[in-house]
Amino acid sequence: MSDAGKPVESKRPAEPRRMILNMGPQHPSTHGVLRLILELDGENVVRAQPDIGYLHTGIEKECEVKTYQQVVPLTDRVDYLANLSNNLCYCLAVEKLLGIQAPPRAEWMRVLLTELTRINSHLVWLGTHALDIGAMSVFLYCFREREDILRIFEMFSGQRMMTSYFRIGGLALDAPRGWEEPVKKFLDSFPSKVDEYETLLSSNPIWLQRTQGVGCIPLDDMLDAGVTGPMIRAAGLAWDIRKSEPYSGYEKFDFKVPTRTAGDVYARYQVRMEEFRESARIARQALEGMPGGPVVADAPKVVLPPREKMKTEMEALIYHFKIVTEGFRVPAGEVYQAVESPRGELGYYVVSDGGVKPWRVHMRTPSFGNLQALPQAIEGRLLADIITTLGSLDIVLGDVDR
Amino acid sequence: MAQAMAGWDSSAFLKLEQRFGETTIEIAPEKILAVCQWLKQNWQFERLSSVTAVDWPGRDPRFEVAYHLHSIARNQRLRLKCRVGDQTPEIDSVTSVWRGADWYEREVFDLFGIRFRSHPDLRRIMMPEDWEGHPLRKDYPVHGGRYDYADR
Repeated sequence: MSDAGKPVESKRPAEPRRMILNMGPQHPSTHGVLRLILELDGENVVRAQPDIGYLHTGIEKECEVKTYQQVVPLTDRVDYLANLSNNLCYCLAVEKLLGIQAPPRAEWMRVLLTELTRINSHLVWLGTHALDIGAMSVFLYCFREREDILRIFEMFSGQRMMTSYFRIGGLALDAPRGWEEPVKKFLDSFPSKVDEYETLLSSNPIWLQRTQGVGCIPLDDMLDAGVTGPMIRAAGLAWDIRKSEPYSGYEKFDFKVPTRTAGDVYARYQVRMEEFRESARIARQALEGMPGGPVVADAPKVVLPPREKMKTEMEALIYHFKIVTEGFRVPAGEVYQAVESPRGELGYYVVSDGGVKPWRVHMRTPSFGNLQALPQAIEGRLLADIITTLGSLDIVLGDVDR
Repeated sequence: MAQAMAGWDSSAFLKLEQRFGETTIEIAPEKILAVCQWLKQNWQFERLSSVTAVDWPGRDPRFEVAYHLHSIARNQRLRLKCRVGDQTPEIDSVTSVWRGADWYEREVFDLFGIRFRSHPDLRRIMMPEDWEGHPLRKDYPVHGGRYDYADR
């Protein structure tokens, strides 16, 4: 009782107390099942350690027991927002091993659809990124446009997300009758929709405060850590695989590589917003200049014959039987094919031993490299900036873990 | 470049292969770190795209570690390959050259069981920490056994 008047001695130790916080794997803003182990000093992040592998499904192992053509549906599931980019990259790699090339119509169709995939992927990124920061309505706008793209994918392939539309040697089937109309309608209206998003965000004071000057990493460190794609371009390096190592006829298209120099979350936002417009431009060029002709390469040992021929020609029937029952042999060798996916450098390393199944398929996925740089961007910053920075990396956990 | 490399250290340089428009150089495994440093400093290979491995059970040495290097300045890609043995597959880590090698090497360690000397944090990355075996080895089954409820 007599001590009541004395000041209570602080029990706080001299060293600031650190707290370990588990963020995820079940957290809505980690965009999947990412776990971050955070060491916090108050609201400041002292150390961050990503823990991945929760979505590891062993796709690379599974590829080794499938025939080459059967691997295509697995590639959809690696990055489920950029499924066609994965289809394309794998098909290009195997085509390189086989020494065949898809005909012009298939190449242009591939360009058109992968650019729509880029728009689709960026729409999901923008919607969820804005939702994380608190701008809820953007999400609804983005998913409205995404629905149009998914309808187009469904029209082409019968599937909204797991399309598997590209095959080794070309496309699964020619575009359906009347495909131009919905694509044209979408491309006509899309630029004004991008204006709408920009009206909502680009000069919104809350958006600016949350994103400007946040999540910066020096360019050299990003290159060192394996970061690719829009993050690199937002830091001032105009490197885009579509320009530097053109594939699938990209050299015939006219487009710009948007860049910014700030390297913060806002710059990444600006780069992706411009990529919306550039992708729509490429898609429009592909739509307007779409060549005619076949959609599969003239390689009877690889590509299934048309139904009509199979029923009238003995040779076609034999090839059909061989491809379906056994698959096709791919000459021994190894290739690495890189494409510019919406997230950065996507590479497939395919090793063949001369058999009908790939000996090894390695996927160099952009999210894996990009996520590696996360600790550097958030250490020393506030806890709330983690969400902003993570959103700007645009990772897909299926792409990280495979 | 291959000539320059042979002139620089002929014992490191084993074989050059050019196919499908891609260049592959086989490197003596004990020289990989020195070769990577040299390539980064003198040939502007500022990026390491990926590190992975291939298992060839019939061959000796059994594993191939493949490094995909990329130079944005020279717009060039290069694949380095090292063969490492069966008993104690081990190779020097290149994390001191490219920081990004960290997770790729952990992945190879996890899925193939190849150890990287002087790696800062060599732990499993995809599989749980108490996992047994290395799933991407060819002698690892693709499908597990049927789960027996009587054994619970």
